[in-house]
Amino acid sequence: MSEVLRISFPEPPVREPEPIVRLQGFSRHFGETRVLDDLDLAIAPGEFVALLGRSGSGKTTLLRTLAGLDEANGGAVIPASRATVFQDARLLPWKRVWQNVVLGVAGEDRRQRAEEALREVGLEHRPDAWPLTLSGGEAQRASLARALIRKPELLLLDEPFAALDALTRIRMHALVLSLWRRHKPAVLLVTHDVEEAMALADRILVLDAGRIAAEEPVAAPRGQRASVVRPLRARLLGHLGLQTDGGVYADLIGRDT
Amino acid sequence: MMRADNLRRKMPWERRWVSPVLLLLLWQAGSSIGAIPARILASPVSVLGELGSMLGSGALAHHLMVSLLRVALGLAIGVGSGTALGLLAGLSRTGDAAIDPLVQIKRTIPVVALTPLFIVWFGIGEATKIGLIAFATAFPVYLNLHQGIRGVDRRLLDAARSFGLSRLQLVWHVVLPGALPSLLVGLRYALSVAVLMLVIAEQVNATSGLGYLINDARETMRTDIIVVCLMIYALLGLGGDWLVRSIEARALAWRPALLEA
Repeated sequence: MSEVLRISFPEPPVREPEPIVRLQGFSRHFGETRVLDDLDLAIAPGEFVALLGRSGSGKTTLLRTLAGLDEANGGAVIPASRATVFQDARLLPWKRVWQNVVLGVAGEDRRQRAEEALREVGLEHRPDAWPLTLSGGEAQRASLARALIRKPELLLLDEPFAALDALTRIRMHALVLSLWRRHKPAVLLVTHDVEEAMALADRILVLDAGRIAAEEPVAAPRGQRASVVRPLRARLLGHLGLQTDGGVYADLIGRDT
Repeated sequence: MMRADNLRRKMPWERRWVSPVLLLLLWQAGSSIGAIPARILASPVSVLGELGSMLGSGALAHHLMVSLLRVALGLAIGVGSGTALGLLAGLSRTGDAAIDPLVQIKRTIPVVALTPLFIVWFGIGEATKIGLIAFATAFPVYLNLHQGIRGVDRRLLDAARSFGLSRLQLVWHVVLPGALPSLLVGLRYALSVAVLMLVIAEQVNATSGLGYLINDARETMRTDIIVVCLMIYALLGLGGDWLVRSIEARALAWRPALLEA
């Protein structure tokens, strides 16, 4: 029966739900420079998308548009409920951690809600700390709590792990995944770390010269990606302009032959 | 080697209090043997004696209160208007265009040079004295606050904006706290300028206050009273500094330098 139905509808909709983010033919200029050039982007609710791109590819501009910092005049659907985690955390240094978490949030139970959010990110022991006394990882946890407390439909992650040391980064990756599984926001992770993108995302986009130059779904579920990672890495690096045949990092550079 | 050097007991002549005390002793010795006549400079001992009797008679307290009131009123008006103008110019383009050029023009004229004009306008009473202090202290507050508001980290503003804060909330939660360290620097300048202007303003026909005491003592060549007044001016300066420091310790507790201390 279902086979018959499939045949009778030759083009079933690829993604069932309405996308939560939709940019169509979206362009942005700064003077003569076209930073985003006729860009198409759709993100489904609850989808985890990674966006790879070299410096100057338009990542920052795209993110500013989605974060609502630059006006998206025409051709853009962005949910009102969104929150951003920035690379440099950007906590207000003159507010204690918990006050940063509930920045702009009204209500009697602000302190309690802040503490709950801090517990979720594993920072429940430092609600009253000053931000400048936090380590890089702690600051990013606070920054995640500040984003999550708004229950966003769209969570924008702007290279949030780039400044962390390797071990802290791995812990933060695990934290982000578990938070995503629990709250199921749509996530757009902007990064230039191919490994990070392959580990976290459902789908990887490559931005180049203001356009989506390539799109690579990650075929295997998380935890079973060992088999797909090597060819995927080679393809992604190829899209980024680095031709390799192996796809193994240790063999990418300076082969002895 | 380094360690040994650091651990070695400091020799008496390596201590920082030695040279001031030595100067004081020389001064006293010079006065005692008559090398420094009292009409040139009173001896430390007689200065202390005069301080004691001025404290005892209540004269010092009376004149000090008069001067302090002038400083307080002048500062209140000056810091208040400097803050108001700094906020207007810092937070709105129109305000900046209207106010900042005038302030920059004024900056080229030393306030002290305006004293004659103030006397013509406000006479030789309290208004001129308080007005001079108010006028002079408004500028450091304005300039530092303006600069502080302009220098607020754009990235923090962007972050706060991305969480949907209104313009008023941005000013309250981001701009003002961000500009507060600069405002306090301005306040510190204002306090030292206030003491400076007090000295100058009280040269103008004062009938009470520290300046009056000094002028009166000059007439009678009482160098001991003059030195007592100089000490009070120094204490006023120190007091102002202490005041701003204690405000900073409370208001800027989040800063790493203060956190470590």
